[in-house]
Amino acid sequence: MSILVDERTRLLVQGITGREGSYHAKRCREYGTNLVAGVTPGRGGQEFDQNVPVYDTVDQAVAETGANASLIFVPPAFAADAILESIDAGIHLVAAITEGIPVNDSVKVVRYLRDKETVVIGPNCPGVITPGANCKMGIMPGHIHSPGRIGVVSRSGTLTYEAVGQLTELGIGQSTCVGIGGDPVSGTSFVDVLRMFNDDPETDAVVMIGEIGGTREQEAAEYISSDFTKPIASLIVGRSAPPGRRMGHAGAIITGKAATAHEKIRALEAAGAVIIPSPADIGVTMKKVVAG
Amino acid sequence: MKVHEYQAKEILSQAGVAVPAGGVARTPEEAKQIAEGMGKVVVKAQVHAGGRGKAGGIKSASNSDEAKRAAEAMLGTRLTTFQTGPEGVPVSAVLVEEELKVSRELYVGMVIDGAAGGVVVMASESGGVEIEEVAQATPEKILKVAIDPVLGLQPYQGRRIAYFLGIEPGQVREVTSMMSSLYGVFLENDCSLAEINPLVVTAEGAVLAADAKINVDDDALFRHPEILELHDPEQEDSLEAAAAENGISYVKLDGDVGCMVNGAGLAMATMDVTTFAGTSPANFLDVGGGADEEKVAKALSIILSDPSVRRVLVNIFGGILRCDVVARGVIMAAEAAPASVRPMVVRMLGTNAEEGRQILEASNLEVTLVGDLKQAAESLQGMV
Repeated sequence: MSILVDERTRLLVQGITGREGSYHAKRCREYGTNLVAGVTPGRGGQEFDQNVPVYDTVDQAVAETGANASLIFVPPAFAADAILESIDAGIHLVAAITEGIPVNDSVKVVRYLRDKETVVIGPNCPGVITPGANCKMGIMPGHIHSPGRIGVVSRSGTLTYEAVGQLTELGIGQSTCVGIGGDPVSGTSFVDVLRMFNDDPETDAVVMIGEIGGTREQEAAEYISSDFTKPIASLIVGRSAPPGRRMGHAGAIITGKAATAHEKIRALEAAGAVIIPSPADIGVTMKKVVAG
Repeated sequence: MKVHEYQAKEILSQAGVAVPAGGVARTPEEAKQIAEGMGKVVVKAQVHAGGRGKAGGIKSASNSDEAKRAAEAMLGTRLTTFQTGPEGVPVSAVLVEEELKVSRELYVGMVIDGAAGGVVVMASESGGVEIEEVAQATPEKILKVAIDPVLGLQPYQGRRIAYFLGIEPGQVREVTSMMSSLYGVFLENDCSLAEINPLVVTAEGAVLAADAKINVDDDALFRHPEILELHDPEQEDSLEAAAAENGISYVKLDGDVGCMVNGAGLAMATMDVTTFAGTSPANFLDVGGGADEEKVAKALSIILSDPSVRRVLVNIFGGILRCDVVARGVIMAAEAAPASVRPMVVRMLGTNAEEGRQILEASNLEVTLVGDLKQAAESLQGMV
C-alpha cells in the first residue's frame, strides 16, 4: 500500500531533456522507479537513457506508454502550463519540482484542480518517495531512506532529508515521504496528505514538518483533533524568524500572528500532536512516539 | 518586491482609483513648486517601511514655504521606524499632497491566501492602523471575501464590502468600482499585496486612497519589466542586495552566529538550533541546490562581511549540492579574505560528506567538525 506512489507508478518526466530533468530522471530510475516516458516539446522521437521514449506532448506519452504520474522540471514561466497539460491528459499524480512559479499561475492551477481527480504535489517541492516499493518520484537522495511504517509530510526539501536521516539512523523506516512544497498556494495541503496516511494500513504514525507562514498547520491541527487516528509528531521551524521577512520559501513569511511558529505549535499541541522541541530531536521524539 | 507609495498611487490612479492631488519631489525646491497654490499639504517621506508618521516621516505644511522646509528636513536623511533596523532607510524623495479633510478612515486590502487558494479581500472600518492590530484586537471588525479566480471580483462582492464599510448610499457605486479597479491592479501586476490604508472618506463625501501599498510577487517579475524599473535598491540592506544579485537567499538578522545552509527549511531549522543553544542567528541564508564553489564562496563572504558575526555555523545536507564543493567554496572565501574569517562549526551530511570533511580538516582553518545538530548546538555554546 503506502500512499501516492508504489510499484504501479508509471513515471513520466516533463522537461526530461533539460539539465535537472535528465539528472533526476536517471536517479529516479536507478532507485527502481518505473520510468516509462519523457516529454519535451520539439524533442519527440528521441530516446532518453537508452530505451525511454521522449514525446512532444503528455497526451502522446500517456497514450503510448500508459504513464500515470508526472514529475515536472519545466522552468517557472512555463511550469503551470505543463501541470495543466498533465491534468488534462488524465495523469493521476503530478509532482511539480519547479521553484519560482508566479503565485497567480498556481492559483489558476489549483482552481482548475477543484473538480479533477488528479493530485498535484507542490510546486516548489522535493516530490514523493515510497522506500518499500523502491519508488522515488522526486529529487530527494534515495539512499537516506529506509522501508518502514512512518509517514513523513513536510513543506521543505532539505529539512525533510534531515528528518528522514534522523529516522533512518535510529532504525525507523518510512512508508511514504511527501514534500508538499514551500509556496503559499499549492496543490496538496497537510490535511490532504494526513487523510491519505490515516487511510493507509501500512502507515502507523506520522512526522509532520511545518514552518512559518500561512495557516496550513492550523488546518492540519483541526483535522488531527477531529478525525486523525494515528500518533503524530510535529516540528515547526522558523521560531527565530522576524515578522514580514520572506525566509527563502515564497510561503515562509510571518504576515500576522497566526503565521508565527508559536501559534502553529500551540494549535498542534492542543490538537494532540507531540511537539518535536528542536530540529535536532526529530528522530528521538519519533522513537518515543513509536514506542507508545 | 516593494514599490514606493507614490508609485503605487500612480498605478492605482491609472486604474481609476481616486488619489489625492500632488506630486513627488526629490529636492526641497521641487516640493515648494508642487505645493504652490495647493493650500494645506502633507509632505511624506518615500521609504519602503511603515510607521512613518510616528517616526517623523509625515509632516503637515500650511503653505509652500513650510512644505519646502519639511522636505528639506527629510530629504537626504535616514528614517528609522519600527519596521526598519536601527540604521533606518534613506529618504531620497518626498510625496507632496493636498491635505484631506478626513471624515472617516477605512481599510481595504487584497492578499493571496493559501487556504482559500486565491485572492482574499479584507475590509475594515478601522483604517489608518496596521490591519494586523485590528485582526488581533477585534477580528469581527474585518470582513474577508474570497475571490474566485475564474469569475474575478463580482459587483455584489464590491457592494457587500461597501455596505460593510458603512459607505453612504450615494458613494456605494464608486466604492464598488474602486474594488474592481483594485482587483484589476492586483491581477495585472501579479501583486502579493495591494492595500489602501487609509481609504479616506472626506468631509465633502469624496472617497480617496490616502495611502497605498503594493508588493509584487518576486517570482512574477520576469513578466513585468515596467515594475522592475520601479525597483529602489537603496531601500534594501546592502548585504541582502549583494546576495540577491548572486541568486542567494539571505536575510540579515540581529544575532552573531552566521548561518550558511542549503535549503530554506533547513536554514530556518538551523536558525532555531542556534537559538536553542542560547545564541542567536546573524542571518538566514539558503545557498541553493545548484550552487558551485564560487557561489558558496560568495555566500560565505557575504556572511563574513557582516561585522556582527562572531562565529559561523555551516549546515549542509548534500544532495545535488555536494559537500566537497561546499568545502572548497569555504576555503576559497577564506583565502580571498583571511582577515575576515571567524571560527566555524561545520556539519556535513549526504553526498560526498566525508570528502568535504577531509578537505576542511586538511586546511588550516579554525573549523569544528560535528556530526549532528545537537553537537552543532553544543559547539556553539562552547565558543561563547
